[in-house]
Amino acid sequence: MDIFDVFLLEAIVNGLLLGGLLALLSLGLNLIFGVIDVVWICYAELIMCGMYTVYYLYVQYHWPLALAMLAAIALVALLGFALHQFVIRPVLSAEPINQLLVTGGMLFFLQAAATLAFGIEFRNLGVTLPSVRVGEMSFSAARLLAFTLALAGVVGLWLFLRKTYLGTAIRAISQDRAIMPLMGVSPARIFGITSALGGALAGLAACLLVLQYDVHPAIGLSFGPIVFLICVLGGLGNLFGGFVAAFVFAQFIAVGGFFFHLEWGYVLAFVFFIVVMFWRPQGILGR
Amino acid sequence: MLSLERVSAGYGDFQALFGVSLEVNAGEAVAVIGPNGAGKTTLLRAISKLVEPSAGDIRLEGRSLVPLPAHEVVAHGIAHVPENRRLFPRLTVEENLRMGAFSSRNRFHERLEMVYGLFPRLEERRRQPAGTLSGGEQQMCAIGRALMSGPKLLLLDEPSAGLAPVVVQSIFALVRRICAQGYTVLIVEQNIRQVLKVVSRAYLLEAGRIRLTGTAQALLASSEIRKAYLGL
Repeated sequence: MDIFDVFLLEAIVNGLLLGGLLALLSLGLNLIFGVIDVVWICYAELIMCGMYTVYYLYVQYHWPLALAMLAAIALVALLGFALHQFVIRPVLSAEPINQLLVTGGMLFFLQAAATLAFGIEFRNLGVTLPSVRVGEMSFSAARLLAFTLALAGVVGLWLFLRKTYLGTAIRAISQDRAIMPLMGVSPARIFGITSALGGALAGLAACLLVLQYDVHPAIGLSFGPIVFLICVLGGLGNLFGGFVAAFVFAQFIAVGGFFFHLEWGYVLAFVFFIVVMFWRPQGILGR
Repeated sequence: MLSLERVSAGYGDFQALFGVSLEVNAGEAVAVIGPNGAGKTTLLRAISKLVEPSAGDIRLEGRSLVPLPAHEVVAHGIAHVPENRRLFPRLTVEENLRMGAFSSRNRFHERLEMVYGLFPRLEERRRQPAGTLSGGEQQMCAIGRALMSGPKLLLLDEPSAGLAPVVVQSIFALVRRICAQGYTVLIVEQNIRQVLKVVSRAYLLEAGRIRLTGTAQALLASSEIRKAYLGL
């Protein structure tokens, strides 16, 4: 087989596009872990809530798509904040296993609530974006759009964390929580803001996913584990590590799927994950 | 400026301070000296509200700090340089200073200039992660971070701890400079001989109680201090 096959190139580019989306998906989860030291097991279910919001506002209530998406981002940000205030805060200083259990419980709660409220049907927006042709290759415009917005989200978050007082405080609090009050910073407030930000990132991810995939109550399970593995692969809590890991993982899926069979791409990616965990249990860029 | 009236404080069932009263006047440098475990750090932590006092009153310019949450104390004019400096190791020097100005960010640039004027070394290293600084530079950065809030009162917790003997000298020279700038300073130290050369008055804290108080010269001359702490 010619190694510079256009179809291979197409697979690599598709891998890049998928990588951007996975990078955005892992961002919120990583941020929360890095700052608050808690894993939101129900992170993918927050995304599911965002997808339903876009779907209902757009399809049922005929909101303009962009407005429905903004509303979804705001709503999931609010959900993230509420999750922190009412579920995480009471167990903030408890054993990690308790924190896993409460957020794990939220996963099943949100899934069951969505089944009751929306039924088990697969629903889609019915928006079909055209495909973009470059020479002999063709790419889905939805994926290109998702990739672009995902990168914009990553860059935006990076600038926020680097350039603003609040962003600096968010990075500082992950390094020394106890002395933050001496800086005039209320840790509880920073945690609330970070949770809302993590939620907003989940909301943005929801907008991009709902353009490409049908939404149903169990959709979280189809990408939640991958997102979690990517965070672990990059070094849980390390935003840059998660970013790199997302692209590595996506290339395994896309190129592996090209050479063998689509499912084999996932098999290869998970084998790679397991090998890395033996070699560097703290993740590729973990400390 | 600062007055403590019969302040008690502790952690859970452990009581570290028993009715401590002390006074710091504006423009004055005062030390609290005493052995390890006497409650010196707890005293400073009670003033900045990192520890909730269980009894007594703490007043800054007549205003009680007791009802304030910890993160509002700094906006009232108290900056605390904690024990072991506690810089944010992966933030740069300048980002650490920025955190010091969190509650007064509109004054950030003028204060940054002031701190860099005081410690030119920090300006040279402004883009370096604070964790890569030497011990003495870290102490400068920690003091600079506290000055970024424009405090009326500066609390210094063991500024000489963990530093090489040569550096200890320069840190005390630095503290003397800060005092000369007109800052009101309350400093906690185990290095009694050195600190008494810098401050005008001191309190001796033992087992959570004030045992002795007086001018620095008087304490240096007192037989109790000379025997127990200076080994003379």
